[in-house]
Amino acid sequence: MSDVISRAVTPTTSPREPAASHAAATAIAASAGTGGEDVPPSAIQGSAIGDRIYSTLIWAFAVCVPILLALIAIEIFVAGWPALHQFGFKFLTSSAWDPVHGQFGAAPAIYGTLVSSVIALLLATPLAIGVSVFLSEFAPPWLRQPVAFFVDLLAAIPSVVYGLWGIFVLLPVLRLGVMPFLQQTLHLKVIPLFAGPAYGPSMLGAGLILAIMVLPYIASVSREVLIAVPRAQREAALALGATKWEMIWGAVLPFAKSGIIGGIILGLGRALGETMAVTMVIGNRAQISASLFAPGYTMASLIANEFSEASGDLHLSALMAVGFVLFVITIIVNAVARWLVWSVSRGAEGSA
Amino acid sequence: MNSKWMCASALMLVAACGSEKGSGSAGAAGTTPAASAASGADLTGAGATFPYPIYSKWFSEYATATGVKINYQSIGSGGGIRQLTEKTVDFGASDAPMGDDELAKVSAPVMHFPTVLGAVCITYNLPDVAAPLKLSGPVIAGIYQGTIKKWNAPEIRALNAGVKLPDTDILVVHRSDGSGTTYIFSDYLAAVSPDWAKAPGKGKELQWPVGIGGKGNEGVAGQIKQTPGAIGYVELAYAKQNSLPVASVKNADGQSVAPTVESVTAAAAGVAQHLAPNSDYRVSIVNAPGATAYPISSFTYLLVYTTEPDATKGKKLVDFLRWMYTTGEPEAPALDYAPLPPSLITRLTARLDSIQVGPAHS
Repeated sequence: MSDVISRAVTPTTSPREPAASHAAATAIAASAGTGGEDVPPSAIQGSAIGDRIYSTLIWAFAVCVPILLALIAIEIFVAGWPALHQFGFKFLTSSAWDPVHGQFGAAPAIYGTLVSSVIALLLATPLAIGVSVFLSEFAPPWLRQPVAFFVDLLAAIPSVVYGLWGIFVLLPVLRLGVMPFLQQTLHLKVIPLFAGPAYGPSMLGAGLILAIMVLPYIASVSREVLIAVPRAQREAALALGATKWEMIWGAVLPFAKSGIIGGIILGLGRALGETMAVTMVIGNRAQISASLFAPGYTMASLIANEFSEASGDLHLSALMAVGFVLFVITIIVNAVARWLVWSVSRGAEGSA
Repeated sequence: MNSKWMCASALMLVAACGSEKGSGSAGAAGTTPAASAASGADLTGAGATFPYPIYSKWFSEYATATGVKINYQSIGSGGGIRQLTEKTVDFGASDAPMGDDELAKVSAPVMHFPTVLGAVCITYNLPDVAAPLKLSGPVIAGIYQGTIKKWNAPEIRALNAGVKLPDTDILVVHRSDGSGTTYIFSDYLAAVSPDWAKAPGKGKELQWPVGIGGKGNEGVAGQIKQTPGAIGYVELAYAKQNSLPVASVKNADGQSVAPTVESVTAAAAGVAQHLAPNSDYRVSIVNAPGATAYPISSFTYLLVYTTEPDATKGKKLVDFLRWMYTTGEPEAPALDYAPLPPSLITRLTARLDSIQVGPAHS
C-alpha cells in the first residue's frame, strides 16, 4: 500500500532527486498513509478533518448495530410482556397452545426448533466437511470449481421452493420409502424414536430439509478454511511419513477446526430461524413427541402461521413472547458456540 | 479528545435513531390516507384474503366504470380489523364478524355489510371410493376430535350405505395458519357438537385434538393429495378450481347437500327469513335451515364506520356499496363465490341509507 503511494508521489513531487525522495516519500507514506513532502499544511489539516469525519462515521456505523439489536430486543420484549407476565415460567414449560381459551405455552415450539436444528446439523455437518475436504484435498482442479459452484447454489434457492420440493418429493419418499424401511425392514418400530404412524410431515422431514439448506453454509466456510491451511503444514505432515489420510486428519483438520465450527454455527443460525420450508413439512402440531416420525412445530413456524390472524391482544402478545424466546435462544446458542470456537482455537494453539 | 468527540456523536446518533423511530411510527399512522391519496386511490381498505379475487375484480371494474379508485390490501381479517380500529383505512374486511370486545375498541360505531358467501368443503383421498362421500356434522366433529379413527367406522358406514369403505386410519389435516376458513369450519362443528363447543371451540386458530397442519388451502390440499386416507377442509372456490373430491354434508333439515354456489346461497336465504329487521348481520349461517342449504357456509363482510368521518370519501364508499349490490353481485358465481340471495340484497341496499355521511373536511 505505502509502496504504491510512494511510487505515485515520487515523480510528481521531486523528479530531480529520484533516489533520495523515494526513500523520504516511502517513510512519510508509511507513517501518515497519505500526502507527500511538498504538500502545504492546509491540505494536511483538511485531510485530518476528513480522517476524523471518516472515523466518526465508521464509529457511528459500528455503534448502530448493537443499538439496533438492543432496540429490537426491547421492542419484542415489551410487546411480549403481557403474555410472559401472565404465564410466567409456565410459558416455557407448558404444552397448551389454545388461542380460543387464551392458554399459551411455547414448550412444543421450543422443543421443535431445537430438535429440528440438531437433526439438521447432525446430518449436514459430516456431509459438508466431507465435501469441503474432497474439494480442498482430493478433487482435480477441473472438478473443484463446478462442484463448489453447485454447493453454493444450494444457498441461492428460495426457502419456499425447498418447501414445495419437500411436500411433493421428500415427504412421499419418507412416507413410502424411508419410514416403512426403518419401521418394518429394520424392525426399529420398537424404538420410540421411530415409532408411530408414518404420514410424511414430521420432525425428520423438517430436519432433512434444514440439513440441505444449511449444507452450503457449512461447506463453503469449511472449504475456505481448509484451503487457507498453510502448505507447510501439509508438507510437514507428509515429510514425517504420514499418509494422505493421516495428513488430513492429523494436520489439516485440527488446524481448520475453529473455522469449521464457525461454519457450523452459521448453519445453526440459519436452521433455528428458518420458517417457510419448515412450516411446509413439519406438520405444525404443537406437541412434544419422542418419535421423529411425528409432526411437530417450531417457534418461527408458529409465528408465521398465526401472526397475521392473531385474535386478541393476549394471543398477539404470546406470539411476540415466542419471538423473544427465539431471540434469546439464538443469542445463547451463538454465545455457547463462540465460546466453543474460542476454547478450541486456544486448545489448538496450546498443543502446537 | 478524539474518543470524547466520537462518544458525543454516537450519543447524538442514538438520539436520532430514537426520535426517528418515534416520529416514524406516528407518521405512519397519520399519513396513510395522505399516502393513499398520493398513490391515486380514492378509498383504501384492508382485510380478508378469502374474498380478494372478487374484490379486486369489483374494484377494477368500478374504477373503469366510474373513475373511483379503491386500493385494497389483503392482509388478513385480523389485520383489517386492526387497521379499521386504528383508523388507517376507510373500510375493513373480515371473514368473521367482529366480536363485541373488538367493536368496543373502535372509537366509532362500525357496520357490517355482507358481500358474498363463503363455504368450507370437506375433501378427502380415498382412491377406491368412487361415489361422493356423505358425512354429517357430528361425524366430522368425531373425526376431528379423534373419536372416529377408521374409514370403515360404523358412524361413517351408516351414512354411506352400499359404499365399500377401506379399513384404514383417517389422517386428519387442518389449517395451520390462522384463517377465516378454520373459523367457519369450527363455528359449524361447535354448532352441531356440544363437545366441540367446549373444546377446542371456535376460532381462527385452534388447539387441534388430532391431525397435522398444512399452511393455506394449498398446504391442506397438497397433503391430502399425497396421502391416501386423508381428510381435510378447504374453501369452496379452491376445491372447485382444483377439482377436489368433496363430501356432501347432512344439513339441519336432514338432507345430504353437496357444496355448490347455489346450495351456499340457499343457506343464506334460509337464515335471512329469520333475521330481525334491525339485524346487525353479525350472524352465523352455519347449519342453516332449508332443504337445499349447505351447512358449512358463512358471510364475508365489509366493515364501514356508521358515521363517515370524511363526507367525500363516505359518499364514494356508499356509492360503491350500492354498485356492488346491484352490478357486482351477479358476477360472483363466475369466480366461484356464492352471491347473496335477492331478498338479502334488497334489505342491505336499503340499509346503506343508514350510513351517516358526515360534514366535509377536505
